[in-house]
Amino acid sequence: MSASAPMLEVQDLRTFYGAVEALKGVSLHVDPGEIVTLIGANGAGKSTLLMSLCGDPRARSGRILLEGEDITAMPTHQIIRRGVAQSPEGRRIFPRMTVLENLIMGAQAMGHDPAPGLERVFALFPRLNERQGQRGGTLSGGEQQMLAIGRALMSKPRLLLLDEPSLGLAPLISRQIFAAIKALNESEGLTVLLVEQNANQALRLAHRGYVLVTGRITMSGSGAELLARPEIRDAYLGGGH
Amino acid sequence: MAYALQQLINGVSLGMIYGLIAVGYTMVYGIIGMINFAHGDIFMIGAFVALTAMVMLVSGGLMEGPAAILLVLAISMAFTALYGWTVERIAYRPLRGSFRLAPLISAIGMSIVLQNFVQVSQGARVKPLEPQLPGGIELMREGTFVVQLSYMQMLIIASTLAVLAIFTWLVTKTPLGRAMRACEQDRKMASLLGIDTDRTISLTFVIGASLAAVAGTLYLLRYGVIDFYIGFLAGVKAFTAAVLGGIGSLPGAVLGGLLIGLIETFWSAYFSVQYKDVAAFSILAIVLIFMPTGLLGRQEVEKV
Repeated sequence: MSASAPMLEVQDLRTFYGAVEALKGVSLHVDPGEIVTLIGANGAGKSTLLMSLCGDPRARSGRILLEGEDITAMPTHQIIRRGVAQSPEGRRIFPRMTVLENLIMGAQAMGHDPAPGLERVFALFPRLNERQGQRGGTLSGGEQQMLAIGRALMSKPRLLLLDEPSLGLAPLISRQIFAAIKALNESEGLTVLLVEQNANQALRLAHRGYVLVTGRITMSGSGAELLARPEIRDAYLGGGH
Repeated sequence: MAYALQQLINGVSLGMIYGLIAVGYTMVYGIIGMINFAHGDIFMIGAFVALTAMVMLVSGGLMEGPAAILLVLAISMAFTALYGWTVERIAYRPLRGSFRLAPLISAIGMSIVLQNFVQVSQGARVKPLEPQLPGGIELMREGTFVVQLSYMQMLIIASTLAVLAIFTWLVTKTPLGRAMRACEQDRKMASLLGIDTDRTISLTFVIGASLAAVAGTLYLLRYGVIDFYIGFLAGVKAFTAAVLGGIGSLPGAVLGGLLIGLIETFWSAYFSVQYKDVAAFSILAIVLIFMPTGLLGRQEVEKV
């Protein structure tokens, strides 16, 4: 593990769902302290990529390196214990656990004392503090999203994988969540790989971005560069939000 | 009145044994969605381990009475847990991710394996055990009818309550219990939080088997005769109890067990012994017609 190794390096990753090739040789990297976003249309393979990074579904070929360590063939729970956290597609809140229990689950496998993590998450999302005893399944969509991100933060990750944190949220809440991600990145140097359909907001937030089209990376560059590209504006920004 | 009270006592103590076994069915169903058909036979193994340990302790002249019973209980739980763990490891885990019926068929296979193993190694004849805890207290007397709460029934009720209290604490308050509930609600997400789901599932089988071992030991002590086949009917009854209470619900399993025990006992007492199983299963059918998810089954609306 050299100091110059990227936080995450993905080399020529191929993943299949049955006979369907969902990722057709994806390569990308995320440096420590960076926010990198992956944009693309529905079905481009963004969520598959985030899940493949966690070993589920397992990549069929290619390599995934976490700070230089090969995690490609590692069981999911061991990848997570090495400092990767994911707020996955569909949020996947444990519906019959309370908000508090959902959060504790984020810290439990890491062996962390949950108290400092809870304090941090509640500072970030005061709403969750008010709802501590409520069951996850009864929260609103926005609250569930906050809970999914909060739960991922409870493990004090080195690398945070966020899948569509703005999906289905009111613009105000979605802005709050993006502001929270930015604050964590600036104050703690948290490294983030962010998957978004809301390309405009994501590219403004991110240092760099990649564009994924049907399982392949077709473009990459800094957030500002990608925002300026006309083909991005046409395909993903849909006439200026 | 006195007669009914006596049946209530008998029914509750029988129902607690069913409840202990039913918890194992419902836990495994909750966490991996399969019916562990070998679970009744795990209960039978528990009874045989207890018998072996009891014979060694008592006829070896090492100890007797309540201390021996407690030690036997612990030995049976330990060995039976090992059986439960092994069954999951060799017969179910390799089939995870395979088609849904595969582990069910494998479970039926394990049930046959365990029965035949005991039949061959222990013999097919019924095995008797002398009463270890004779006597009881007289609760009331009505004419010539004496309502008795035997020491054995007290032991069954007390140890079941103690075991269920520990178990409830484990599931609701400990990290292991939280991990088990997480796996039950969303196994993929649990592994995305660093939970070793295979290990959690193994421990679920270990806990289920220990509870079945308690049931097996109590059954042996209460009825005094066992054979390699007792797991079948007890297993079917306990499974019925789990379904009646709402499969997947832990309090439901205990409630279902108590109800099956009571129905059987009261039916035998007031109608006919021959039809007691018919009565129990008929009630199950009737309840399921009106409450398809069982008495305490889940029908919670979840937001997506």
